[in-house]
Amino acid sequence: MSARETILKNITANKPELVELPSIDLNAVIQYNDLVQQYKTVLQSIGGGTVELQDLSSLKQELESRKANGDFVVNRIAALGEVSDSLVSLTADELAAVDTAYLQGTVAVAENGAIWLYESQMENRLLPFICQHLVIVVERRNIVPTMHHAYKQIESAKEGFGVFLAGPSKTADIEQSLVIGAHGARSLIVYIIG
Amino acid sequence: MSHNSTLKHAEAAAQFINDEPRTNWHDETLWFVRQKRDKAAHGLPEWEQLREWASQIKNHTLSNLDNYLKEFESKAQDNGVIVHWAADAEEHNKIIYDIIAHHKIKKIVKSKSMLTEECGLNEFLHTKGIETVDTDLGERIVQFRNEPPSHIVLPAIHLKKQDVSDTFHEHLNTEKGNNDPQYLTEAARQHLREKFIESELAITGVNFAVAETGGFVVCTNEGNADMGAHAAKIHIACMGFEKMIPKAEHLSVFLRLLARSATGQPITTYSSHFHKPREGQEMHIVIVDNGRSRQLGRADFRNSLKCIRCAACFNTCPVYRRSGGHSYHTAVAGPIGSILNPNIDMRANADLPFASTLCGSCSNVCPVKIDIHDQLWKWRQVLVAEGYVDTTKKVGLKGMAFLLARPGLYRFAGKMGRGIMRFFPWIVNNKLNPWYKQREMPAPPKQSFRDWYLQNKKQ
Repeated sequence: MSARETILKNITANKPELVELPSIDLNAVIQYNDLVQQYKTVLQSIGGGTVELQDLSSLKQELESRKANGDFVVNRIAALGEVSDSLVSLTADELAAVDTAYLQGTVAVAENGAIWLYESQMENRLLPFICQHLVIVVERRNIVPTMHHAYKQIESAKEGFGVFLAGPSKTADIEQSLVIGAHGARSLIVYIIG
Repeated sequence: MSHNSTLKHAEAAAQFINDEPRTNWHDETLWFVRQKRDKAAHGLPEWEQLREWASQIKNHTLSNLDNYLKEFESKAQDNGVIVHWAADAEEHNKIIYDIIAHHKIKKIVKSKSMLTEECGLNEFLHTKGIETVDTDLGERIVQFRNEPPSHIVLPAIHLKKQDVSDTFHEHLNTEKGNNDPQYLTEAARQHLREKFIESELAITGVNFAVAETGGFVVCTNEGNADMGAHAAKIHIACMGFEKMIPKAEHLSVFLRLLARSATGQPITTYSSHFHKPREGQEMHIVIVDNGRSRQLGRADFRNSLKCIRCAACFNTCPVYRRSGGHSYHTAVAGPIGSILNPNIDMRANADLPFASTLCGSCSNVCPVKIDIHDQLWKWRQVLVAEGYVDTTKKVGLKGMAFLLARPGLYRFAGKMGRGIMRFFPWIVNNKLNPWYKQREMPAPPKQSFRDWYLQNKKQ
């Protein structure tokens, strides 16, 4: 008998009697009076920064001047100008030189600072991890209270990969001292638009 | 696998506490993590409700696990993922070795996976002449030092920054005596970025596998699992079969609990959802039993399979905090390890359920409501019945049972004991008496409670 058959047979023989799944009642979970304020406070506490903007015009200017300056920046947001769309062909070595990546987020979660990114929003899966600095843009109306609400807004299996990303990369593995910038991005700024 | 593997927990713990300032530091550091967990938990009014949901979801999943595994396998295959099944550690290691050998892989990075520790994967591959690079910072530190992790979330928690500095000076040529965590982390970042970029194959663990979608979620703060998995042309994800949950929406419950319970963070930095290999990539999942189906059949112990490996029970445990992870001589230490490991090897791990005060704090912080301290107590009974307990402990317990069953003899023995402690204290106040070690014996009362009660009832 194959390992698969043996394992499944043993589980069938040993599993307990069927019990029901609970239903998740959203009325039982925390509510925030001010979602934006809650989001900003939490993101700051985990090492990220936030900027509130009416529209993208100032961010577009910043991006243009950085490009003119010769910085290796990658833009994946159409509203900010030309979009980099040949990232898939870049090697890890090439991507490691990216200074800042500008990405569009789908939803932001007020309780924990996380933002959902689909693979199509990063194009290359490695990009949000390997770039030195990360800028994510999210619409004010797409800030939800908790993870329960976030999973209702996204379709987590729609694409080959997706991530909830909360703040810059960090570690406390040396004597519990928090260090920002372990392997991934050294900083994260979230622009809240609208 | 541990360098203390020949020592029982109590003996290894005795060595650990020889260095009193370091023991106190270890104790306080982990208690600090426990306090951060409390703060995060108290920030959510629905915390107890979340624990209850998580517990019920896991109970349900265990009761329908065969069907969920089949659903998961079929969905993952539809997504283009290659699914393997391993009955034990040996099969798990062989499956991974065969993939490596087939592709003639030389450069391998691995993110934290307690399952691969449980299976001794690194050691096995080493015997085949293959080196893996652990990429979690704490794991890389202990790997350089040729030590196992001492904690499932904080692998190098037993080390101080000067230890890390010495290790990095030796292996990464950092400045001698520079103990700055920022500087040391930066050195590891540069060293490991090279490893990620040149790696051909990445091994990761799995935090949650979703039956409904065939996807799996990996959580890290450093981003090392993603750096490895997205850079390498082959990704192997290894999972114990208990990682299963029914639907993607259930991830919300577990992701809300996991990091808050582990470190007090609201969520890990990266909660990565893998469904399909990227263009040109090969993705494998290895589903491992290694004793889990046996544990599923033990009604008293099956709900240990609900564990999501947050380590909250480690950080709160007065015995773990004062004995260190290596004293448990197993991949998963702490209270949860003490109920999982006797199932894997009863004889080798018979000491572990006794490494507890049964205070119950572990059960109170467990995000999926495993009755850890009850199971520790139940394992003790199984181990005594199966004959896996030291003769001294067995004789002691038998003697105690004999005495407690005979009230007259008990009263006589009590009187003798009180008399001896009063008139011949040196008989008990010496190092042959284990209770005298690091303790003063209490002052003996003049009379027993029974005598006092009988006397006062008359008045």
